[in-house]
Amino acid sequence: MRPHELLTPTPAGLYCPPADIYIDPVRPVARALITHGHADHARAGHGAVLATPETIGIMAVRYGENFTEQRQAAVLGQPVTISGVSFTFHPAGHVLGSAQIAVEASGLRIVASGDYKRARDRTCMAFEPVRCDVFITEATFGLPVFRHPDTASEVGKLLASLALFPERCHVIGAYALGKAQRLVALIRDAGYDRPIYVHGAMEKLMAFYEASGISLGESRKVIAAERKMLKGEIVICPPSAIQDLWARQLPDPVTAFASGWMRIRARARQKGVELPLIVSDHADWDDLCATIREVGAPEVWVTHGQEDALVRWCEMSGIRAKPLRLAGYGDDGEVESGETGTDPAAMATT
Amino acid sequence: MTPDLNRFAWLLDRLAYEPRRNGKLVLITDYFRSTPDPERGLALAAMTGQLSFANAKAGMIRGLIAERVDPELFALSYDYVGDLSETVALMWPTLHGAVGHNRPPPTLADIVETLATTDKRALPALLANWLDALDETGRWALLKLITGGLRIGVSARLAKTALAALGSLQPDDIEEVWHGLEPPFISLFAWAEGQGPRPEATDPAPFRPAMLAHPLEDEDFDRLNPADFAAEWKWDGIRIQAASGLNAQGQRITRLYSRTGEDISGAFPDVAEHITFDGAIDGELLILRQGRVQSFNVLQQRLNRKTVSASMITEQPAHIRAYDLLFDGAEDVRPLPLEQRRVRLETFIALHGGERIDLSLQLAFSTWEDLAAARAEPGHVGAGADADAIEGLMLKRRDAPYLPGRPKGLWYKWKRDPALLDCVLMYAQRGHGKRSSFYSDFTFGCWRDDDVLVPVGKAYFGFTDEELVLLDRYVRKNTLNRFGPVREVTHGRDAGLVFEIAFEGIQRSTRHKSGVAMRFPRINRIRWDKPPREADRMETIEAMLVRIEARSAVAGE
Repeated sequence: MRPHELLTPTPAGLYCPPADIYIDPVRPVARALITHGHADHARAGHGAVLATPETIGIMAVRYGENFTEQRQAAVLGQPVTISGVSFTFHPAGHVLGSAQIAVEASGLRIVASGDYKRARDRTCMAFEPVRCDVFITEATFGLPVFRHPDTASEVGKLLASLALFPERCHVIGAYALGKAQRLVALIRDAGYDRPIYVHGAMEKLMAFYEASGISLGESRKVIAAERKMLKGEIVICPPSAIQDLWARQLPDPVTAFASGWMRIRARARQKGVELPLIVSDHADWDDLCATIREVGAPEVWVTHGQEDALVRWCEMSGIRAKPLRLAGYGDDGEVESGETGTDPAAMATT
Repeated sequence: MTPDLNRFAWLLDRLAYEPRRNGKLVLITDYFRSTPDPERGLALAAMTGQLSFANAKAGMIRGLIAERVDPELFALSYDYVGDLSETVALMWPTLHGAVGHNRPPPTLADIVETLATTDKRALPALLANWLDALDETGRWALLKLITGGLRIGVSARLAKTALAALGSLQPDDIEEVWHGLEPPFISLFAWAEGQGPRPEATDPAPFRPAMLAHPLEDEDFDRLNPADFAAEWKWDGIRIQAASGLNAQGQRITRLYSRTGEDISGAFPDVAEHITFDGAIDGELLILRQGRVQSFNVLQQRLNRKTVSASMITEQPAHIRAYDLLFDGAEDVRPLPLEQRRVRLETFIALHGGERIDLSLQLAFSTWEDLAAARAEPGHVGAGADADAIEGLMLKRRDAPYLPGRPKGLWYKWKRDPALLDCVLMYAQRGHGKRSSFYSDFTFGCWRDDDVLVPVGKAYFGFTDEELVLLDRYVRKNTLNRFGPVREVTHGRDAGLVFEIAFEGIQRSTRHKSGVAMRFPRINRIRWDKPPREADRMETIEAMLVRIEARSAVAGE
């Protein structure tokens, strides 16, 4: 069997013809495998969903219990066979419940990584490299300028700013699933023990993480009438809220944004961010390259992000590579809701 | 945190994002408080533009990165980031997650000292070692510093204000002693912290902070009484301060300062050598030929030069037109009201003026209408053939002392209306820095006889951020062709976008395809409503040029 007979890009998403099943389809299909709970990968309305229990739980929190007709929880490392094709979920280290999916038939193994990262994150299981014949990698930060710094130094910037501006509220834009919880965990690990205030849109997911055994300390929902009293406190809200009226009613806020995009100064400035925190749930350039070497695949397919540079790097390294050009995946962790694509700066204007 | 360049870089990075003046002050003062000498003094010098490293050019930095990374990956990255220093800082190969080679990062002091004593040929290797030892922010700051591209939105004044805030000084206290002090300003920091005496101002020709004007608004006319004000022309040169005195050895020291205190004497030795007074005057630096004031375009050729050629001095002789007297010998006359200072100035110029220094004349008027007429037609009220070199009028309260900064209600500038042309958008280019994903640099044109558009200029400001979003969207939706970062935008008789362009002057130019060069063009209004066929034609520009040239011809006679 040739690789494209096992998995092939279609307008609805990556499709496996022999098993008649899609991975992270962008429109409703009969049968879907879901890598993780971000909205552009996990959509409501499929006939049947196979995903990790955490991802199924997250989809239920976001879309309600009826997000799919049938659901099946995948056990990490245990193959599920459908029409002679075996599907095995392995941790991807992106957000809670995120998984890569190894698709195997007739001795050919393709790993669809979904979104992944290699940096330490106590809110989810670490990425597990799986040797394969074809590796499908994301390329959100697939340019050699994206090299994420140590998260401790980024949280250090936040705490130093709190010390310098004790009268100002520090409001941090962070995606509601994954980034917000990881950020809280990092702030806690740096020794900060005051309550952390969260936007109403994050409350349920914070509770879901806690219920999954990830301790995040005391978080309090921001109540409209109390916004003015949040001097010197940390407030976390979805990225779209940092420039809203919502954030403007906070006392003299320092506007922060936790994202890998914050590495590029012009991008941070365009968003009106005053305190960029480079914290990302995607692999940076060095980790993308290291992971491709580690999985040992002779062929790499590159999707959603900066495909060209990563394809170029693969070619220079003697690895066959091609861009997949799948449509419909934004960098959900970084881009504001309603936007698609990967470049938030370009998005703001098109 | 150790006081190395990474710490200063952290400050610069944070300042670049902080929009509030008070926020910037807190950050800088905190840095000064927590950083030892001489590092903080060198940082102050960097922020006030007093450190210059002439040896490092963008080409050298490109060379360094070309040895280390694939050119195609570099090109993709540079295109994405839009800033050379930042791209190189980010791409510079280091061990992942760690800063390498066990070398401590350099301090500003290391950098200043080493660069001053290093041969140019050794510079690339030295720079590479530093880049290896710094973190990303440190690399970015180092590259920005040595290429002179540091733009952090901090004025020298703000840095001095932050220094004053270390203790109980006022910013103007710092200004008074500033010239005559050298980096790393150890005695100045000691004074600011209350740990030492006021540094001796040993400079016989120091800078004194300039007094600045507010733009005159329409509603001001009702509030202000014409009798309280003196009026004079606002000449279109460069506002300067000329200070001179004898040093301890009895030698004359003369300096010309820009209004921000930058020493520009080197570019104008011809006027400096005519100064024989002890004291300081405020005035306008102009180029005069046969007694006629030349346009700013002529003066511009002499600006930003460290030295100047003999032929340039002969062909474009510099001149000072005096507005005010600050020091008469050792006497500080700034506390006197303008009326008294003016009397002193007239005597002073009568004594020390001459071919290269004269007096700015005051205009007689009794009503605002008189002045409005003068402003509209300066040529009719005494300016004669110099009218084109007049930018507008200055109004100064007769009873006001000379105060540093921009005090309210004392001085007003009333500029002439800019010239306007309706032009058609032809090309757009993506900006750099903050605007690196927006099409924000616009080339526009006017119609030629044969109904072809000829590009006449380029503008990249004059619009709001909201308008920029709309313009960017317009460019993306109306692209005809792409040439690298440039897009050709639809421009026909019936389809296209008209800009009302405001500019301060226009002259013939062999360097531009259209044969004209505009001074200070900006987008005054976006004429979403106007069909391109109704935009201005080259004949209109030609008529403007003919009018200007006719006036110069009169001046030349």
